[in-house]
Amino acid sequence: MTGAAGTRLVLRGRGIVPGRVAGRALVSHETISGWGGIEPASGTIIERRHELYGICFTGKVLVFPGAKGSSGWSGFFQSTRLMGTAPLAMVFTNLTTKAALGAIVTRVPTVTEFEDDPVAKIATGDRVEVDADNGLVIVYGPRPGHPR
Amino acid sequence: MVALTDEEKAMRDGRDGDAVAAAMDLLIRYADALGAAHLCETRNVAGTNTQPSPAKTKLFEEGGWSKAFAVISLDCDDDIEVPRMKVPTCQLQHGFGDDALGIMPYSERNIELQADAESFYSSKGVNVLATCTPYQVGNLPTYGEHIAWMESSAVVYANSVLGARTNCEGGASTGSASITGRIPCWGNHLVENRYGSHLIESGLRMTGFQDWGLFGYFVGDAVQEARPVMVGDLGQPDLADLKHFGAAAASSGGVEMYHIPGRTPDAPTLEAAFGRAAPPGPLHYGEAERRAIYDSLNSIGNSEDVDFVLIGCPHASLEQIGRVARALEDRTLSAGTELWVMTPRALRAVSDRNGWTATIERAGGRVLTDSCPAMSRAAPTGTKVFATDSAKQAHYLPAILGIEAWFGTTEECVDAAVTGRWRGSLAPAAVVR
Repeated sequence: MTGAAGTRLVLRGRGIVPGRVAGRALVSHETISGWGGIEPASGTIIERRHELYGICFTGKVLVFPGAKGSSGWSGFFQSTRLMGTAPLAMVFTNLTTKAALGAIVTRVPTVTEFEDDPVAKIATGDRVEVDADNGLVIVYGPRPGHPR
Repeated sequence: MVALTDEEKAMRDGRDGDAVAAAMDLLIRYADALGAAHLCETRNVAGTNTQPSPAKTKLFEEGGWSKAFAVISLDCDDDIEVPRMKVPTCQLQHGFGDDALGIMPYSERNIELQADAESFYSSKGVNVLATCTPYQVGNLPTYGEHIAWMESSAVVYANSVLGARTNCEGGASTGSASITGRIPCWGNHLVENRYGSHLIESGLRMTGFQDWGLFGYFVGDAVQEARPVMVGDLGQPDLADLKHFGAAAASSGGVEMYHIPGRTPDAPTLEAAFGRAAPPGPLHYGEAERRAIYDSLNSIGNSEDVDFVLIGCPHASLEQIGRVARALEDRTLSAGTELWVMTPRALRAVSDRNGWTATIERAGGRVLTDSCPAMSRAAPTGTKVFATDSAKQAHYLPAILGIEAWFGTTEECVDAAVTGRWRGSLAPAAVVR
């Protein structure tokens, strides 16, 4: 896909849950809590001081630095799958047991361990393809006029 | 790819049945995601099976507890039979027990469901300790033992105070560990990952339970998920102090492991805490830092009318229950204020025997077992303002229940329950000269 028409950027990492999907990015610059941080029934962030408070991640490519808080993290994201509110894919920076297990039981394509920080390089609303089979995140759209 | 032993390959290939094969499949996917080279053998699992959630209830209604276990605890969609737990496995805290029936907005249906789940899982060999502090009621792993535990405050206690080795596990990894006796050998299981990363130098002596909570909240905020090493003339902590310290550090940050040289077993000395690396420049904890943490934990309270007081997060120790009982002798709670002391059922039995439960109940308070308001998302009806001696609960409950919080000493909290008013203030620090 590198260099294909419309491709702005290709981020290389390691796929940890296989699969390939395309959609819009939702970027969190802050880590995300599972228990006390998300509401599985609606797929929204409920932590009051969080930058994405009240925002729904269902069907979005969730781009975030990593997981924080309770070990219930994986169970809460698993619940989003069971209730039909899961993100479309996960793209995260910091690999921990919570985030790794959470991605597996959410069963969405997931890439981590990037050469470049995806949180800094991807913006909310960007059209992205997550190719977890090859450990790639492809960002589409025109290059912005200033360096990101 | 994770390397498997012949025994593990046989489990993966179905020798021990479909559930064990599914569990091995999950553990292999998980180990590969982490980049673990192999699996650890474990004989100590602390997880959660019996707590009803909307998703679990739906699965139970579709296919009973076997279905719920397959999907939630093994990430498997097949119809399987749940085997007996292969290794000792305990249930962590869950929804309120029978003692909560009728006294709070907690669904009777969920209490029934949970009792049903308890019978099912205990028949499969799960030890229903029903507590966030398994180490207070007999589950004490030995030094260096590989274990698979959930619950952030239990994980930090096991790693740091007991010297056992665990990562912060989840529902599916503990479910899979319980019927295979395996968990990815990664992170805190490896000695090289257990050395300190940050040095925290305290200029204050810890004068008791509240001080350890404030210090823990400061440390977690300062180091986030790293491994702090605390030095200074700290005094001798007891079980409740370190339980509170670790829980606070795991709430404000994500600390899974810490060292206090001379006090915690992986670090007889400062040098041992850091291994071959030289200690980094210290972060200072002094009067100003202590005050700032106290103010931050108390920044969510406006109204001084307290309608709910909560003691015991993580679950109260016997010593803590005794302290509450002593502070309540011959007093009566304010009419508009509830007091709950949360503890495991096993410790409640001792509290009953010691007469403490009766003292607390005579005053109008309750000793409740097996869970906490944050897990059940339930406080007494109409609660607007609560007070607690737990930094962890002061951190979480305002977000979860949308209520105001006061953080103080155990005695200040009891006083608020009796008067209905918050009158707490920070006592002067013990500065080490």
